Amino acid sequence: MRMETSDEDMARAAQDGDRDAFAGLLARHYDRLFVLTFRLTGSRADAEDLTQDICLALPRKLSGYRGDARFSTWLYRVAVNAAHDWRRRDASRSKAADGWGTWETGRRAAEAEAAADHAWLRTAMAALPEDLRETLALTLDDGMSHSDAAEILGVSEGTVSWRMSEVRKRLRALAAEDAG
Amino acid sequence: MSDYIEKLRAALGEVLPDPKRKAETLAGAMAAFDAHQGSGTSTRLNPTRRPLGWILDGVRTMTDILTSRGGLAATTALAALALIVISPVGRDLRNPPASLEVTEAELSPTRPEPGSGDLVAASPVAPRDRPGASSTAQTRRLAVGEAAEEAFSVAPSTVPSAVVGALGQNQPAMDGSRTALRERIAVPLDAPILLPERGTEAFANEPPSALKITADDPVVTFSVDVDTASYSVVRSSLLAGFLPPVGAVRIEEMVNYFPYAYPVPEGPRPFAPSVALLQTPWNDGTRVLQVAIQGAASSRENRPPLNLVFLIDTSGSMHDPNKLPLLKQSFRLMLGQLRPEDDVSIVTYAGSAGEVLAPTPASERAEILSALDRLEAGGSTAGQAGLVQAYDTAATMAADGEVNRVILATDGDFNIGLSDPAALEAFIARQRDAGTYLSVLGFGRGNLDDATMQALAQNGNGQAAYIDTLSEAQKVLVDQLSGALFPIANDVKIQIEFNPARIAEYRLIGYETRALAQTDFNDDRIDAGDVGAGHQVTALFEVTPVGSDAVLSDPLRYGVADASTESDELAFLRLRYKRPGEDQSELIEMPITDAATTNDEARFAAVIAGFGSLLRGVDYTGDWGFEEAIALATEVKGDDPYGYRAEAITLMRLARTLSTR
Repeated sequence: MRMETSDEDMARAAQDGDRDAFAGLLARHYDRLFVLTFRLTGSRADAEDLTQDICLALPRKLSGYRGDARFSTWLYRVAVNAAHDWRRRDASRSKAADGWGTWETGRRAAEAEAAADHAWLRTAMAALPEDLRETLALTLDDGMSHSDAAEILGVSEGTVSWRMSEVRKRLRALAAEDAG
Repeated sequence: MSDYIEKLRAALGEVLPDPKRKAETLAGAMAAFDAHQGSGTSTRLNPTRRPLGWILDGVRTMTDILTSRGGLAATTALAALALIVISPVGRDLRNPPASLEVTEAELSPTRPEPGSGDLVAASPVAPRDRPGASSTAQTRRLAVGEAAEEAFSVAPSTVPSAVVGALGQNQPAMDGSRTALRERIAVPLDAPILLPERGTEAFANEPPSALKITADDPVVTFSVDVDTASYSVVRSSLLAGFLPPVGAVRIEEMVNYFPYAYPVPEGPRPFAPSVALLQTPWNDGTRVLQVAIQGAASSRENRPPLNLVFLIDTSGSMHDPNKLPLLKQSFRLMLGQLRPEDDVSIVTYAGSAGEVLAPTPASERAEILSALDRLEAGGSTAGQAGLVQAYDTAATMAADGEVNRVILATDGDFNIGLSDPAALEAFIARQRDAGTYLSVLGFGRGNLDDATMQALAQNGNGQAAYIDTLSEAQKVLVDQLSGALFPIANDVKIQIEFNPARIAEYRLIGYETRALAQTDFNDDRIDAGDVGAGHQVTALFEVTPVGSDAVLSDPLRYGVADASTESDELAFLRLRYKRPGEDQSELIEMPITDAATTNDEARFAAVIAGFGSLLRGVDYTGDWGFEEAIALATEVKGDDPYGYRAEAITLMRLARTLSTR
């Protein structure tokens, strides 16, 4: 097992063509990548597709990883950019808008009643502008600090904090609207 | 307050990926990784690195196997021709798409890193053995030229990129007419990854064969096709995250990509035809008739000495890692298969043509390798001058009992042909008659001119292949070295006559670009495809038995009387070929009876035909889709020593994903 090997070392090995290292990286990050793309797109189906696209492009993209950031940071940046492009490409088909409207369909039936409770969350997520949504999606990740998110998004930490307060403000407003 | 965030986290946090999709994606990513390695630079061959080690080990193993005669027979002796007949029950066999449909090429949404136009793409270089005549070829070529021009005009800076699939659609030579049908596939924003320079790919194809009613039209005639380029293109497209352009899918080339366990010929004939009959995967009411031809193998020890001239395109567009660097690696692999008596020479063309390596015995490996290493991409393409020089060099190497071949390696930016295609083809044909053959290897993707490459290889009696990865290079250049370089039969034509008393309707799957007129069969002047040592050719028909629910046409009121009552013959196979150097063809005849049985090899070929049909967007496959193809392919995959079939299944999964998006 490669428990001791860091992502960064494995990424370098994969760049040099080490197949096992590449497979190991994928195995380590696939699930988190999926969760992130799900938050970014709001649709399970889109998240599956987007994750696949990212993974298939990864062998080529990997050569662009310089090792100056943590691998996960770099990978998330790739994912955010991919989601960004995805959204823009889908905009013409207005598929993106549908995403958040149906996001809960993939969830377990046991959560059906909770879904009603959270209806406003869907609306809220869909209503957020893209930069806020990206920021929110990243910070929802356990273990992701504002500074990590800032690095991934290529903005300052202050911007992330400001965006998050903006997110809260909007969520609050929407919740109030919903209640009223 | 931030409990909204917490709520969101709770609501969104538990989602887990679908394990099946996950497995598929991981498999696809590994395939893409391998493809990427294969297209990498030569520095990756450093043996201290793990990466390519496994590939090289594979090559070594293969080499070991190849040195034994039995190994040769087992691995490279795969030429089989299979005809599959299927008839549909209640499905619409009769309405083939009137025109090719444009598929929307879905591109991976990820943004390209600038300059990373490497990876995947495979472009097809397939030589079409067309019966005919340069006039036909010329009109086709012109059509391609126009399309290419349009491509330039519609791919301005405002449109990030456009892939143009130009489908020059010609009628068979017999009527000489042509309808040019062009399709343009506009690719969304990210295309530059795949098509770094200009999207000027041109593919040659024809609409899917129509269903034929046996009573009206019992005979079908076509030329064999041993090319496999289309499969490589399909693979590279799918690995890059988009469905292949419909025009790039030539089903017979996909089917012929795979080695099958066909009976090896015995006796004086250079091949053995075999026949199988099986249930059509996509239609309960029809059957698939498979006709397979297995070419006799030649052994490495007994083959005549080879004189090879590598004609290498070193124009600026060859700079990509999946072009010149991959080409160098591929030729290194090939070199290991040559014998000391073989001679090698290298001619390049870019701006001006030049001889980089004078004819050198293959035993001088160091000298050849260093000449190869000195190659650098730069300049524009001067293909014709290079070709002339390559043939001149070949002429100096010729000796009695030796085989001369020019191997052209290019990314398809071979612009000279368009100015005077007829003269170029005539030149290549003259050289062929003088004993020097031409093979074409395509590298890279982006401006591949499939039609031109085909025309070149067709006239040179050569095979065209598309090399997108190192493992493909191994397959084409190493595993099949003997087949690609030693023709055992020229102008191989197949004619099948169906018995209207048994078969109501039939359809030839694929081979659209290989159709011949019925009268061409016995006309030895008509050119057709060649079969090399160990090659396999497979042809599949979908046939509807008389009385099946799937018969789509009503019986004729004044129909022909039963031509052959109570016959167990479903069809009659005729096969014509010329031995190399002969002018007179020989004939093989064989009745196809309902005693023909099925086997998993034939079933796998049928699944691949179905897969190709799905990619072409035909309607005869009905409700049968990628899901069913995957299930059946998995079931009948059988012994798959090199993993080709497993790879095909991965591609089917990717296609399913891409097609449902």
